[in-house]
Amino acid sequence: MAPVLSLRNLTVEIPTRHGVLRPVDSVSYDIVAGEILGVVGESGAGKSMAGNAVIGLLNRPARITGGEVWLNGARIDNLPPEGLRKLRGKRIGMVFQDPLTSLNPLLTVGDQIAETILEHLPVSRAEARERAIAALEEVGIPAARDRVDSYPHAFSGGMRQRVVIALALCAEPDLVIADEPTTALDVSVQAQIIVLLKRLCRERGTAVMLVTHDMGVIAEAADRVAVMYAGRLAEIGPVADVIQHPRHPYTAGLMGSTPGASQGQARLTQIPGAMPRLDAMPPGCAFHPRCPRRGPGCDIDPPPVRAPDARAACHYPLTVAEDVTA
Amino acid sequence: MLAYILRRIFQSAIVLLVVGLVAFSLFRFVGDPIDNMLGQERTQADVERLRETLGLNEPFVVQYAKFLGQAVQGNFGMSYRQGRPVAEILMERAPATLELAAVSGVLALSFGIGLGVFTAIRRDGFAANAIMTLSLIGVSLPTFLIGILLIYLFSVELGWLPSFGRGEVVDLGGWTTGFLTPSGLQALILPSITLGLYQMTLIMRLVRSEMLEVLRTDYIRFARARGLRDRAVHFRHALKNTMVPVITVTGLQLGSIIAFAIITETVFQWPGVGLLFINAIQFVDIPVMAAYLMLISVMFVGINLIVDLLYVMVDPRLRGDSARGH
Ligand SMILES: Nc1ncnc2c1ncn2[C@@H]1O[C@H](COP(=O)(O)OP(=O)(O)OP(=O)(O)O)[C@@H](O)[C@H]1O
Ligand SMILES: [Mg+2]
Repeated sequence: MAPVLSLRNLTVEIPTRHGVLRPVDSVSYDIVAGEILGVVGESGAGKSMAGNAVIGLLNRPARITGGEVWLNGARIDNLPPEGLRKLRGKRIGMVFQDPLTSLNPLLTVGDQIAETILEHLPVSRAEARERAIAALEEVGIPAARDRVDSYPHAFSGGMRQRVVIALALCAEPDLVIADEPTTALDVSVQAQIIVLLKRLCRERGTAVMLVTHDMGVIAEAADRVAVMYAGRLAEIGPVADVIQHPRHPYTAGLMGSTPGASQGQARLTQIPGAMPRLDAMPPGCAFHPRCPRRGPGCDIDPPPVRAPDARAACHYPLTVAEDVTA
Repeated sequence: MLAYILRRIFQSAIVLLVVGLVAFSLFRFVGDPIDNMLGQERTQADVERLRETLGLNEPFVVQYAKFLGQAVQGNFGMSYRQGRPVAEILMERAPATLELAAVSGVLALSFGIGLGVFTAIRRDGFAANAIMTLSLIGVSLPTFLIGILLIYLFSVELGWLPSFGRGEVVDLGGWTTGFLTPSGLQALILPSITLGLYQMTLIMRLVRSEMLEVLRTDYIRFARARGLRDRAVHFRHALKNTMVPVITVTGLQLGSIIAFAIITETVFQWPGVGLLFINAIQFVDIPVMAAYLMLISVMFVGINLIVDLLYVMVDPRLRGDSARGH
């Protein structure tokens, strides 16, 4: 089965006066239908930038300078703007972080859903409205028929994020990119939103790129997890494996500093030192200045993703023998 | 909602009372109308008789109360200079000013909003930059200079348009209009451009900066991420959200269009209330001056009231109800 989304050495660059920055550097991964890929990493690791590159909404002057993006077996990174626009909302849905600012305050939620449906599907206005009501019902808005004509300010944060999810899914996309969908929400509703997103995507077989800082969310919802560091992919693999048997020292550090991560409790905390700034990237592996396992060659060649099980980009990955016994 | 409107009306009434007091004070403290009205060969008896007729011998408070009572009924006394009721004179002159102000207002609004949107969307384009540079001239040149330049170019050099007066007017039951004759329409062009240019540039620059602000918001990003067309994003989503500040400024500016008409009317010898006021000042025709002040303040206060109500119409959050009415 061809993956829904396939990034092949995706590279995003920002030209500045002090040289070219590379917030996303040769990132490759696939997401298959019905799969949820969690993307984690410190702030500034390039998670959002990669998501924006996929939907063609990079803010100038950032742009894709290398690699390819494939959606359902068709290359999309080289489409003209109008072609990309038609994909957005229709084939790729997006959920942003802050539901309080994602919705236009002057349009009713029903109008915002209906306009999206009308843009992408050949239906009448009346039909679009009915579908908007159905979409609201599906995301668990009580009394959807009465609330379809309400303005966003009449909904709580959690309810608004449900509306945003309804908007992302209303044209039945193949892929949903959710960029920290719960970060701005009350702790009490975070879990509900994740459960909802997971259920809806599972039912439809939608592939999901779930960007988050929250290891609990990853453990709860994701099938696989990709760990990003300074624009590069550090490690990728099934959630349980990566959490319990990390191969990359950076991932091991993350897990070591998040007690109980495997029980889905804690958030990412930082390892001593800081991620290098984009304008001061060390040569070789970006993590080597902070790495307890660095050895010869780490400061020369950036490691590719490879052995032992094609999971980690590291010259001296942790071995099976070193697995933290859970 | 009703309480809000009542409160605004109450405040407006206070403002009008104060302006009324100022206007009335003119009678007491500016010049002596008797000097102007009676020539050199006057007797003391003439003076006394006239003072009595004009009610100038009564105490201040009584005169003020009478003045207000009369003003509310649309009676502003007799013009010292023309010896006719002020209300009658104002009614004759009002159509000229109102037509000029209306045309200027429509020009300022339509071009202001249109160019504002254009320069915001094509932010880096050559045309947008050229318009922005030109607009600096619009805000920095004084009105009378623009009027004189236009007259010089289009009346003196090219001879295309009249430089003064209203042209032929048609009397529609007391309302003289220049809209129905070719010469009346031609005569409107230069004065209305002169009067509206400043407001137009102001509105344009405001719309542009508000648009740029709104285009950066999350809900605009989200609208793009839903695959909406640029047209929908710019006009349906962005422009509407710039309207609250635009309405405020536009409302105030429409008021000042009428007030600034004094200058334009003087430059173009336009027979409106502004010119009437200037002439009244020369002759210390205090009833006319007072009535003009009152009229202008009623207009300002009325426009402010309308602006406040418009806010509520545009922004559902101020309306206090959460759903769109049916
Ligand atoms: N216009 C720009 N000029 C320079 N650097 C930029 C620009 N825009 C983004 N960056 C940098 O690109 C990097 C990647 O940012 P991105 O938003 O993808 O991070 P992220 O992983 O999503 O972080 P967060 O968890 O905080 O959302 C950051 O280091 C950011 O500082
Ligand atoms: Mg981000």
